Amino acid sequence: MLQKIGHRYLVLIALAVIVAALPLIFPSSYYFRVASLVWVSAFAAIGLNILMGSAGQVSLGHAGFFGIGAYAVAIGPAHFGLPTWAALVIGCAISSVLAYLVGRPILKLKGHYLAIATLGLGVLVALVITTESRWTGGPDGMPVAKLTLLGWRVSGSDTWYWISGGLLLLGTWIALNLNDTPTGRAFRALHDSEVAARVAGIDVARFKLQAFVIAAAYASIAGSTLAMMNGFINPDQAGFLHSVEMVTMVVLGGLGSVVGSIVGAAVLITLPQLLTVFQEYEHLLLGFIIIVSMIFMRDGIVPTLSRLLARRAQT
Amino acid sequence: MTILAASDIGISFGGIKAIDGVSFNVRPGRILSIIGPNGAGKTTLFNIVSGVYECDQGRVELSGENVTGLTPDKLAARGLSRTFQNLQIFQRMTAAENVMVGRHLRERCNLLADMFRLPSVTRQNSETRGAALALLDDVGLRGSADVVAGSLSYGACKRLEIARALAAEPRVLLLDEPAAGCNAVETEEIDELIRRVAAKGIAVVLVEHDMKLVMKISDHILVLNRGKPIAEGLPREVRDNPAVLEAYLGKHGAREAARA
Repeated sequence: MLQKIGHRYLVLIALAVIVAALPLIFPSSYYFRVASLVWVSAFAAIGLNILMGSAGQVSLGHAGFFGIGAYAVAIGPAHFGLPTWAALVIGCAISSVLAYLVGRPILKLKGHYLAIATLGLGVLVALVITTESRWTGGPDGMPVAKLTLLGWRVSGSDTWYWISGGLLLLGTWIALNLNDTPTGRAFRALHDSEVAARVAGIDVARFKLQAFVIAAAYASIAGSTLAMMNGFINPDQAGFLHSVEMVTMVVLGGLGSVVGSIVGAAVLITLPQLLTVFQEYEHLLLGFIIIVSMIFMRDGIVPTLSRLLARRAQT
Repeated sequence: MTILAASDIGISFGGIKAIDGVSFNVRPGRILSIIGPNGAGKTTLFNIVSGVYECDQGRVELSGENVTGLTPDKLAARGLSRTFQNLQIFQRMTAAENVMVGRHLRERCNLLADMFRLPSVTRQNSETRGAALALLDDVGLRGSADVVAGSLSYGACKRLEIARALAAEPRVLLLDEPAAGCNAVETEEIDELIRRVAAKGIAVVLVEHDMKLVMKISDHILVLNRGKPIAEGLPREVRDNPAVLEAYLGKHGAREAARA
């Protein structure tokens, strides 16, 4: 037990050190931007990993919730004169309520059927965002008002670096907390055997729904943060490809591994930046790397590496 | 005083009556065994009583209350727990965590408290783990507490399932072939374990193919064949019942056995 608690804080401390130390080696503000993007994507991936890795339920429509969060901070201030931070909270509430209402019927589905149903949900959200151009600016997207907190106008890529880094620490802390609690154990139990979980008294439908709502809230907050950071938002953020990208981060990093989601996000965000030197072969290479790592590290980067390290420590 | 009573249970799958007119009841601290050849409907009966299947006819009562058609989690909350013939272990969790899940109903579970890991959650966690370790000790798995359940042996998983079922502090325990795949020593351990469970006042319903174990341990035996009850009574009454011999050995075999 002590070991477990220790492990939790070890991860948090290591992450905090990385977030704090990285700027020391950043040569330009461009690096702050890329790193912020990693932190925000990792935050969303951690939430999705609670649903996919812990509770074992797939969602191919999670960019829909990301989009709702992103457009909330754009539309709230622009059309309703709301403060940006309030729009973030409302966006998160809308995403959670939507996840709750839609989750009830669709989480009865399993496997491929659940994947298709969530995909439909994501497509639907993206469609509404693209077509309601009076509110959303349509396919061209719309600008996002600067975040103002207690009279302080938040701007600058280094400021957003610290905000997104702090957010990531919070998200990591919560996800690590959950893992070893009655709720987290219920998630993992229903993942391994639904019938045994039910016999143990777990209300399977309720816990699936909780995981879905948590993941939706994470995605929504990530979407809001990215929108405020970029000062601009377009429907691609809510699109199918972005959903797939989020799932890839989770699976590549390691299902069920909180650290894995951060690594997965880091790989998927930074790799394209590194591969730009190969110009037109960039996407080809990215796809190739993902395929190869799935063949050789089916459990994901972090679980595979930690197993290798454990084996080496034994011999 | 009966704690679990099933009366006139029936269920059909696509026109085939898998269970037809089966009744039984158990009292606290007693062991009822349900036996019969493969395909007799024993596991199906368990699935009905534990709420995994919904029956077409009949009635299940737990402590005098009608619980027919309740879901497994509702039944668990009323004190009914079970193990599975084909293992249903939480493979990616450790042995201790498996048993801790079994204590789900005994824990306060609040999403926000868990997310922010309030001190009460940590406190409860160590209580739950303590209880889980004590149960693992009971089934002889204390040493494997932090081993991932997926890597435990078959016999160990069987005992782990029993520990998990007991963690809920049930009043009725359904055991589906707990000794399957166990060697003589392991079977002996299972035997003692079941007796200890019954001695605590828990009603045990046992499905088992190991006749030596069944005859030794049961207070009462119900024999099913093709979904229908064909005999019931004390172990020695059932053993000498010609209908039972016939169900197991066929007409010819039963005659041979009678001659021997």
